[in-house]
Amino acid sequence: MGHHLDALVDAAATGDGVSLDGLTAVHGDDGFRLETPDSTLSGLTEGGLREALADRDDYATNWYFWSEVVGEASPQRRAFLRWVEGASVDAGGDDDGDGDGGDNDADADADAASVPERYEALRDGICREWGQLLVTATVDDHGERSYELRHADEVDADRDDLDAYHEPLAARQLATYDEKGRYRPLKAGNNLAGGWVFPDLDGRDLVGTVETFYPASVPNWDRERRGELDVTHWADAIGRQTGMYSVVKTWNRGDGHEHVDWVAEACCDDSQCVKRREWEYDDDTDLAVDGGDGAFPCREPCSVVIAASRKWTRLEGEETQTYEFELTPSEKEQVEDIIDAVADDRTDDIREADVYEGANRYRARFLRAKLFDDEGNLGGVPTDAPDGE
Amino acid sequence: MQALVIVAHGSHLNPDSSTPTYDHADTVREVGAFDEVRTGFWKEEPSIREVLRTVEADEVYVVPLFISEGYFTEQVIPRELRLDGWDVADWDSDGLSASHVTLTASDVPEKTIHYCGPVGTHAAMTDVLVRRAETVTGDPNVGESFGLAVVGHGTERNENSAKAIEYHADRIRELDRFDEVQALYMDEEPEVDDVTDYFDSEDVVVVPLFIADGFHTQEDIPEDMGLTDDYRTGYDVPAEVDGHRIWYAGAVGTEGLMADVVLERAADAGADIGNSLEVVRERTRKTPQEAN
Repeated sequence: MGHHLDALVDAAATGDGVSLDGLTAVHGDDGFRLETPDSTLSGLTEGGLREALADRDDYATNWYFWSEVVGEASPQRRAFLRWVEGASVDAGGDDDGDGDGGDNDADADADAASVPERYEALRDGICREWGQLLVTATVDDHGERSYELRHADEVDADRDDLDAYHEPLAARQLATYDEKGRYRPLKAGNNLAGGWVFPDLDGRDLVGTVETFYPASVPNWDRERRGELDVTHWADAIGRQTGMYSVVKTWNRGDGHEHVDWVAEACCDDSQCVKRREWEYDDDTDLAVDGGDGAFPCREPCSVVIAASRKWTRLEGEETQTYEFELTPSEKEQVEDIIDAVADDRTDDIREADVYEGANRYRARFLRAKLFDDEGNLGGVPTDAPDGE
Repeated sequence: MQALVIVAHGSHLNPDSSTPTYDHADTVREVGAFDEVRTGFWKEEPSIREVLRTVEADEVYVVPLFISEGYFTEQVIPRELRLDGWDVADWDSDGLSASHVTLTASDVPEKTIHYCGPVGTHAAMTDVLVRRAETVTGDPNVGESFGLAVVGHGTERNENSAKAIEYHADRIRELDRFDEVQALYMDEEPEVDDVTDYFDSEDVVVVPLFIADGFHTQEDIPEDMGLTDDYRTGYDVPAEVDGHRIWYAGAVGTEGLMADVVLERAADAGADIGNSLEVVRERTRKTPQEAN
């Protein structure tokens, strides 16, 4: 018989016994009592308990995995791994004192699948997306979980076509450059390159790898889940800046927050960053743009947002001017096309001879040849009015 | 359980900025002195703001991978770590002597945070500068008939920056190993541009006291010294300049032995690191040891 049964029988005989995911095994005056959602047996001898557990092996190995393999050392790792396979994840501490870390709270997640249902799904593989990552959890005959991690866009890729990695820190290099070899300053940027797979991670290494791709994503998700996420809104985040970034404070004038809406639309949209923006303008004022649907939260403006906002603070300090030059309707639309193509990082996708695209290189060069003077002024109009005007 | 957290500047533009931080973290991780080794950055992720919550251990040693005491070590890092009751006076430093202070952090109130002084001002940094000279010359005994220049920013942005340069230059001079030792600066006298004016020795090793290679160490300094007209075309090591051979070492922070200084900082603050220092000193050596 497996060592998981030895451990389970030992635990059942000790103190309050065991209680997890619908399985209860305790020792009382009349021997052992064993409960699952489908049956209750009592007055069992140790041998009888072993026999009954052997018939409910999924419950037994499930208990062993969560109690002895994963354990309680890192509540956030445990919570994440339980979320990955759709097991109930408690909303707080182990308040019921049953030593299960709260995973047996009846009201924790009424929708969670039973252990046999969950095991059936695990045998086929349970998939979860985390940003641009796809985790697939599977279970073997001993209840041991194995996790595969790959790019979510490569859900259907043959594993053999992907480069295999086994060390969590290998993710550091994979996260540094995008598909085109450009440096990714933002780990949560929606531009993670693919072509790799971590085929066989244990729970600890899965979380280590996920945390290398998306640092602090698991602890922040865990805090949010517990209702303890410390969100720092825009006003407070820029309020604490010093040195070269303290100037961003001066961008807030009066009551409006349209400028921060533009920042969030520019930087924090799901198309740009996989985090779900939870910060708003301030405690009382939400931004007008949506925070997105990311699996894990963004708790304050990041350093990229702050650095960009410093530039925008300078630029937005300028007064508007009226420039007068003429464009054909198509030229106006072409300017719009070019801005769209740059903003959506689409310029590399526009084919060289696709002159029907306004942001096509030849179209842009034609526009420049026609409309720019020798100094590069659009419409021949200087940016700054000559002195004396 | 004890954890090491290395905090560094990082960059939005230059992927090499964080490389030394990761390398030294890996070295310390491999030697097994800490249950966990984490990194946090001002410009990358996890941010210094969120790095403590990525740690499981209850004793946390935070070592800033910065060259000198100043704005980052005194204001930015303590603020972002949310250190309770931080007061720079607790370091009781003359600009070079910050060792550590033990505090809590409101982000992770159950943990004890040992906030250490920067690596750049630790005495062990002197050994790294010498090791860098050994590495760049390929000679574990380099010194005789060689000059050594330690290069820093200067005082324009931070007076403690120049203090650190002088401190290590003095200590290397006291070793009596190199024929000449000189502190040079990018933005004040004596300037690195005039490096050959300050040495009689034909061979001069030039080591910038910088954490990471970047604009200053890869573009400015090589061009200022006349190693090359255009940094993009590269330069020889050694390069001939005005009758001298200049052995330009690049940022000292990329030297493997920097991991030793990180460990020293944590050990000074009370971390139990066993014999890790000896192991790291040997493992990070790139030049062959002389047979006894």
